[in-house]
Amino acid sequence: MTTLIVENVSKKYGDLETVRGISLTVQAGERVALLGHNGAGKTTLMQMILGLTPLTSGSIKVLGQAPGSRVARGSIGFLPESVAFHGALSGREQLHHFARLKSVSVRSADELLDRVGLSDAADRKIRTYSKGMRQRIGLAQALLGKPKLALLDEPTSGLDPILRHEFYDILEDLANSGTAVLLSSHALTELETRTDRIAIMSKGMMLADNELSELRLSARLPIRVNVTTTPSQADRVATELGGERINGCSVSLTCQQDEKVAMLGLITAFGEAIKDVEVMPGSLEELYRYYSAINPEEQ
Amino acid sequence: MSIITIARLEILISRRNMWVATSVLLMSLFTVVLTLAGDAPTGSLGVDPLVVAISSITTLSVYLIPLIGLLLSFDAISGEAERGTLALNLTYPLSRAEILVGKFLAHFSVLALAVAIGLALSAVLTVWQYGMADIKFAPLIRLFLTSLALGAAFLGIGYTVSSLVRQPGVASGVAIVIWLVCVVLYDLGLLGALVADGGGSFTKTVFPWLLVANPADAFRLINIPETSVSVLSSDLGAAGAVSGMKGQLISLVGWPILALFLALSAFARVKP
Repeated sequence: MTTLIVENVSKKYGDLETVRGISLTVQAGERVALLGHNGAGKTTLMQMILGLTPLTSGSIKVLGQAPGSRVARGSIGFLPESVAFHGALSGREQLHHFARLKSVSVRSADELLDRVGLSDAADRKIRTYSKGMRQRIGLAQALLGKPKLALLDEPTSGLDPILRHEFYDILEDLANSGTAVLLSSHALTELETRTDRIAIMSKGMMLADNELSELRLSARLPIRVNVTTTPSQADRVATELGGERINGCSVSLTCQQDEKVAMLGLITAFGEAIKDVEVMPGSLEELYRYYSAINPEEQ
Repeated sequence: MSIITIARLEILISRRNMWVATSVLLMSLFTVVLTLAGDAPTGSLGVDPLVVAISSITTLSVYLIPLIGLLLSFDAISGEAERGTLALNLTYPLSRAEILVGKFLAHFSVLALAVAIGLALSAVLTVWQYGMADIKFAPLIRLFLTSLALGAAFLGIGYTVSSLVRQPGVASGVAIVIWLVCVVLYDLGLLGALVADGGGSFTKTVFPWLLVANPADAFRLINIPETSVSVLSSDLGAAGAVSGMKGQLISLVGWPILALFLALSAFARVKP
């Protein structure tokens, strides 16, 4: 069964339509990144999946159940954007409380504290925690009871680069054990290698929803090739290949995906004149800019 | 089970926030002082010493118990909404009714503990001074039970305010206004109406029911015997006779139920 099915969902607040005809599916074990500007409708979509906000039209099914139903809520792990807890409680007390609400043993809560690297600080009051530590408690509660669907809203905000890396490791384990993961993030570069599919939202509409390689193909963003030459040959290489000389011994070229191999052939034909070649496909950031610049009204 | 989990956490938070200690200390301090101060008239009037203490404690409880009830509850929903913990809690597999009932159980336990310790201290002090022989415990038990009912009503009112008003600061202001109206202004208004009516039909028919319609007044009427030395007792006693014990009981049982029902329907409308 598909873990999450969102079909033609819209949300209106009075005359303002914040989500417009969104469709999205997430299968078990799949990691989908939801990208979009602030106000693109990502958080509203998550709130509708959680059953916190009613839909204006369309339908959402979580494991075949209506959002907000006890079964749906019992199978979702949710990490809200800027997660907060009661400062008078310790991290362990807070997590044990959530474990009891999910009918999960408190021992597995303790294991999760260990997993997110908080065992040492677990008995300190949450009010003494840094943002990153609160975020880790938030992540731990979202992982309680191995949820069938993990909804993570800006999960890595407040985490340092090492913690971010660990976070994606945890996410990978989670997906490998069959959890469907839907996360929203602004940190584009880290999503490139750590998610299976990218969905891009703008002004409440879904502009793209595909694997990264497919998105690259259909966007036809140029590939950048940086060639390092011997100092005396830079001008010749730049002129003959039609590139731009950057400094004393570097030439910058661009080509399309299907021209890449031919271009590399031309470069290697210069033989000794070439010291190094660097090929850079369009980054996720460029892709995101490309897709989010599409005017949804014109589609 | 979820209700117990919520109640357990709320009791822990109340302990950490010193609400338990503050409530117990307030009730104990005032009941002990009033019990000891109640000594003076006992000798000359020959009244059951516990009855004298109960009259004084009742008069005080009319102010104190609604205040503690509102202080424990005004932050329950609005505080969570402001901290940002409400949305996450609402995604867990339990209903809003379970969340509210869990919080109520915790706060009600704190209140019950404070009242029980206060009244127990009063009973112990009285027995220690006068012995067991002349003391009747029924009024004490009645005071305890009606205090719980009064507290429950104001807890419910506090949750309703907390759900309707999203900011805890505003909720606390509204709670104080409600407290002031219920325990002070309502009676003043009724007294004004009594004076204006000059013993007419309003005084005989409508007034007694309006009086018990306020749970704080119903609480006062049910606990202060007519022989009490309280200044208001003669007026209130006369009014109490018209609406009777039935009116007072309906008010004290009905208000907690009504207030909790209002709180549930207000909380159901809260958007996280």
